[in-house]
Amino acid sequence: MDFDLSEEQRLLKESIDGLLTDSYDFDARKKYQKEKGGWSKAVWGKLAEQGLLGLPFAEADGGFGAGAVETMIVMEALGKALVLEPYLATVVIGGGFLRHGGSAEQKAAHIPGIIDGSKTFAFAQLEKNSRYDLADVSTTAKKGSGWVIDGEKFVVLNGENADTLIVTARTKGGRQDKTGIGVFLVPASAKGVTRKGYPTQDGLHAADITFTGVEVGADAPIGDPENGLALIERVVDEARTAMCAEAVGAMDESLKSTVEYLKTRKQFGVAIGTFQTLQHRAADMFVALEQARSMSMFATMAADFDSAKERATAVAAAKVQIGKSGKFIGQQSIQLHGGIGMTQEAKIGHYFKRLTMIENTFGDTDYHLRRVTDAGGLV
Amino acid sequence: MDLAFSKEEIAFREEVRAFFRDKVPPETRRKMVEGRHLSKDEMIAWWRILNKKGWGVSHWPKEYGGTGWTSVQHYIFNEELQMHPAPAPLAFGVSMVGPVIYTFGNEKQKQQYLPRIANVDDWWCQGFSEPGSGSDLASLKTKAERKGDKYIINGQKTWTTLAQHADMIFCLCRTDTNAKKQMGISFIVFDMKSKGVTVRPIETIDGGHEVNEVFFDDVEVPVENLIGEENKGWDYAKFLLGNERTGIARVGVSKERLRRIKDLASKVEQNGKPVIEDQGFREKLAACEIELKALELTQLRVVADEGKHGKGKPNPASSVLKIKGSEIQQTTTELLMEVIGPFAAPYDVHGDDGSNETMDWTAQIAPSYFNNRKVSIYGGSNEIQRNIITKAVLGL
Repeated sequence: MDFDLSEEQRLLKESIDGLLTDSYDFDARKKYQKEKGGWSKAVWGKLAEQGLLGLPFAEADGGFGAGAVETMIVMEALGKALVLEPYLATVVIGGGFLRHGGSAEQKAAHIPGIIDGSKTFAFAQLEKNSRYDLADVSTTAKKGSGWVIDGEKFVVLNGENADTLIVTARTKGGRQDKTGIGVFLVPASAKGVTRKGYPTQDGLHAADITFTGVEVGADAPIGDPENGLALIERVVDEARTAMCAEAVGAMDESLKSTVEYLKTRKQFGVAIGTFQTLQHRAADMFVALEQARSMSMFATMAADFDSAKERATAVAAAKVQIGKSGKFIGQQSIQLHGGIGMTQEAKIGHYFKRLTMIENTFGDTDYHLRRVTDAGGLV
Repeated sequence: MDLAFSKEEIAFREEVRAFFRDKVPPETRRKMVEGRHLSKDEMIAWWRILNKKGWGVSHWPKEYGGTGWTSVQHYIFNEELQMHPAPAPLAFGVSMVGPVIYTFGNEKQKQQYLPRIANVDDWWCQGFSEPGSGSDLASLKTKAERKGDKYIINGQKTWTTLAQHADMIFCLCRTDTNAKKQMGISFIVFDMKSKGVTVRPIETIDGGHEVNEVFFDDVEVPVENLIGEENKGWDYAKFLLGNERTGIARVGVSKERLRRIKDLASKVEQNGKPVIEDQGFREKLAACEIELKALELTQLRVVADEGKHGKGKPNPASSVLKIKGSEIQQTTTELLMEVIGPFAAPYDVHGDDGSNETMDWTAQIAPSYFNNRKVSIYGGSNEIQRNIITKAVLGL
């Protein structure tokens, strides 16, 4: 049992923290937001230069063979700086599908472009009525010489900029059947793909995407086109784990800014941090943060669990804790900042908004609490 | 970063678990499971079994009878002990006065007291709190006046846990009334049978007798009973209270209680089916288990940190343990109340010797719920813990 970072991991943390300190203050973020698709190609290039986009890929595929802990380190740093670039969509999710389900040819075709920063991905999964159920898929993929995809996907992060879409589609059975779901690689430029991009509430960028008779090759499915759900669940669990770390970074920074504000803001002739009621609120925020940090680590280390069920339960439990802690820290950060916390100009509100959207991505607190409950709990 | 325990640690857990399984008297375990009070004899009998095994004062230095275990081993031992469940070693002797004596006491005091603490030949109690000194402990008034080779002690202590069983007390007494309040305090130990010591029971809201008032009326104590230096008692008290930070989370206790809740909730019916099948109840239970898992991980982080970097600099996460640990313990007793519903009401008073056990297990559920309100008050109330986080961690 060991919770310390290894020497390499410590260097990784220093390197990404250093990069973001230099290139990602709040004003820079506002500029990046205005670029096409909502993020900065230059910053993405720097992440590629430092090797961060290749971290989780096997050395044989040109990557560094890093594990879940390295992803946690990166995501936490991205959360602290409120980074907009599509690391989650491209490296964690796109990369995750390729690593866990991709054929040798698919890996060779796609991984180098991720690692060198020339290509990004987006995960087209959510549908109008699917909510958090990964098996609820109405988009269809029909087999001919290749595959023909029809359907609508919503709130696809990085959907407008992505070069390649990873699309979940039904190949067999009824809308909520657990079998008959496939995962398809679809070039964003394919005929019949219509993308409508927009900024999200938390400042990221997403798109609603329509697939109308989109033809892709016989080599488009990642893994078994009739039994893709296990792969989807695995990759989404990794995405949830990564988002837990991102949220911890955002919470950590929210608490730091709030404490700093309590020390400097004066009312009644004294710093407001001298008032015990505010001190205790901040102490409760610290408790919430540490509990969230513990569960982020738990989910991260669960990546090595042998049992898929235990792994999934651990991730669900972490998502519950992160949801609760994130909501508490986010709301109280605004409260303790007072009026200034309500302004777009102050950074603190943007952490609150990101934390809020993280809670509602890939299952909210209630959804995951039910998953833990149905699994029989943790004790 | 790695969550897995080593092969040696897993083997150690097996060894500890097997020992508890074979050696804890079944009647003692049953009473623990049901939340009943144990008699003095039952507790001492178990602690002597533990001491005979060499585990009575496991965290003491080896030269005084400790085990030399790693911090992870201590963690495993405590968790297994709490989950079995079996009574924890008497904190007042083993975790509190023992370490003060071997750290600040003289050679004679070490020889005189330490082996007797380990074997519970002396039952110790703690004379810290006073009627006017709760969270503001340093305002204490009990006075020890030096007269020749004796201290004359006058004053009153309160909330003195299990003083009715005690042979010895360690006491914070004011030896310099002119000094600033933290500066004039001394750490003095003495015999509870001394002339002028009176113990009066305090009945708590659960109907139990755990705590007492203790009065000192011209109690004569030899000056050799002073531990360390005169007027340095506050330092020793801070040292004492800073020890065993991780035990306070009581993760094993809550784990055991959650298992019991699941067991009972599968037996008690509601709407013609077991309570455990009620979705709302199950979700509350799961929410509590998630909080507990987070706390367990936080505790493991502190334990691993202490193991690697020593206990000198406390991990900031350690202040979370008391607050969350007590909240979760209280939640588990609330869940038990929910399971038992209207049958929480019948009242069943029984003596500390366990006599008059006329009711079944249901009788202890409400008292245990009432009694557990104490856990967010004692050992530095949760509000004091928030003050500590505010100052030591957040720098406010």
